[in-house]
Amino acid sequence: MSLLQTILFDGITYASWLFVVALGLTLVFGVLKILNIAHGSFYAIGAYAGASLVGWVLSMKVSPALGVVALVMAAVGVAALVAPLTERGLLRMFYGRDEVLLVLVTYAMFLMLEDVMKMIWGVNPYYVSDTYQAFGNIELGGLSYVTYDILLIGVALLCGLLTWWVLNRTRTGKIVTAVIHSPEVASSMGVRISRIYAGAFSAGVFLAALGGALTAPMISVQPGLSVGVIITSFAVVIIGGLGSIEGAAIGALVVGLARAASVHLWPPAELFSIYVVMAVILVFKPEGLFQRIQARKI
Amino acid sequence: MNTVPSLYFVPQSATRLLSLAVLGFVGLMLFGYFSPKWVVSLATLSLANGLVSLGILIMMRSGVVPFGQGLVFAAGGYAAALAFNHLGVRDALLLCLLGGVAALLVAAPFAPLLARYRGIFFAMLTLALSMVMYGVLMKSESLGGSDGFNVSRPTLFGMLAPASRPELLLWSVTAFFTCLLASLVRLYCNSSRGLLSLAVRENELRVEYLGSSVVNVVAWNYVLAAFLGGVGGALSVLALGHIEPNFSYWTTSGEFVFVAILAGQHSVLAILASSFLLELVRSFSSSYFPNTWQFSLGLFLLLVIRFLPDGLGSLAQKFPMRRARPAPPLGGTAP
Repeated sequence: MSLLQTILFDGITYASWLFVVALGLTLVFGVLKILNIAHGSFYAIGAYAGASLVGWVLSMKVSPALGVVALVMAAVGVAALVAPLTERGLLRMFYGRDEVLLVLVTYAMFLMLEDVMKMIWGVNPYYVSDTYQAFGNIELGGLSYVTYDILLIGVALLCGLLTWWVLNRTRTGKIVTAVIHSPEVASSMGVRISRIYAGAFSAGVFLAALGGALTAPMISVQPGLSVGVIITSFAVVIIGGLGSIEGAAIGALVVGLARAASVHLWPPAELFSIYVVMAVILVFKPEGLFQRIQARKI
Repeated sequence: MNTVPSLYFVPQSATRLLSLAVLGFVGLMLFGYFSPKWVVSLATLSLANGLVSLGILIMMRSGVVPFGQGLVFAAGGYAAALAFNHLGVRDALLLCLLGGVAALLVAAPFAPLLARYRGIFFAMLTLALSMVMYGVLMKSESLGGSDGFNVSRPTLFGMLAPASRPELLLWSVTAFFTCLLASLVRLYCNSSRGLLSLAVRENELRVEYLGSSVVNVVAWNYVLAAFLGGVGGALSVLALGHIEPNFSYWTTSGEFVFVAILAGQHSVLAILASSFLLELVRSFSSSYFPNTWQFSLGLFLLLVIRFLPDGLGSLAQKFPMRRARPAPPLGGTAP
């Protein structure tokens, strides 16, 4: 029983930060129709920025718990700086091109950002585990859990609900939905498409950076972070169905639980369990769990 | 706007193609003989990788882009390396054929399943398969785990590589396979099945209505691409003298797609040239900008996409070296 409980908790914790990252990826795909490989780099930049800012804040002898505020601020800073640079400065030059070509543009960005990160933060790992320990542990069902992990689950829920609310219950959300359905019609109705694209891309970058910043206290932040996370995020959004918030949530849960189960039950399978699950789901639901099947072209 | 003609290869007879392949082989051998060792080594790797991208070109003509050719690249590479170390097979030609056949056998069971998918789902399923392979290889201690294992120099018809220019032996095998397979791919593209791939890309329903099986076309293309990938993997292993699970990693697969996009879908030669260009840029970047070579590579990629969106192959159309022959009429059959 305790093993099952551990698998569930580990799976949900892993799923929570993964959902935050995948939510950004699916949002950008939904609005801009770009499968953004550089999303993994934004995650890594968020982790580096978060670790640096927390390190600086904690050097002022304040409570390690304040590090969480620094992590969120780091994500905001990354979104404010990196999103306009990449979207306005680069991506918009390629809008309207073939989808595969756009994937390659983001792959090029991914390569460039890898070296930019090394130039800024070097190759040595960063550790900011004080913030992770700052909230202590909590007893649940006879097992002890790190409170930070539970906070992370809360943040993921908040991000998901907030995004859903903005898209479904606000005027901005309606405009974004209109742009998703038909940029041309929305444009003819007076919507400034470039502004919507920039906003959605910034939100995507923020979510990636937030996912990275919030995981920074749990890991050693070092080169190579972006490579792993982007493929796992792809698996999440493919499982759930591209462009679907509910799909990203279910996809993250499936991936998180599959990984946790393999870690606890059969560790050698950890590296590929996610992909096996993705392949199996795609075999039975070719368009992902939450994607409607599109009519074939005639 | 009609885009089909740009995807047509000008029809060539089998005899003419074979003659061109022989000429190409002789040219490549002369190139290898008169080039310094580092150029030959670089070109060997480029052409080996180019063969994998050639397989992607075949797939792209039917409208799907595989992001997991690392699967067949690694399958071919590991098969050749294991045959060398454990079965005592030393002949480079035989090892490459073994690599191709092994990759084909690995890919064949998945082909009917993959052929049902399109777009990003096809890409992600192929990627998933390659990542499963990566995970299995990483955890297989008998295959060297994450470190992989080494392979010594092969022979050719029982002959050892010349001591003064050892790289020429593998270069000759690479040149042979490149010329042979490139010309066969060219023939295939102009065959009725090859042209059917273009029809699948344009409109699947019409192809089915006319009595052909779309799944069959895509599945066969995948299997052929797997053979090319396996031969490429075997050649790469023999050139590097080492194999590791990274052969199956997604970034490796991504580079093969990169080369295919960089080249465009206009010419088989453009694929091989693009592969060489990529290796050249990578080699120079890592030599002259060791800390920023990925940045240089990314910048190069962006510049190509920005200024040559149809790939390097489109340069040949912009600046034809010889009088261009008219593309066949859309409704007609290729001679």
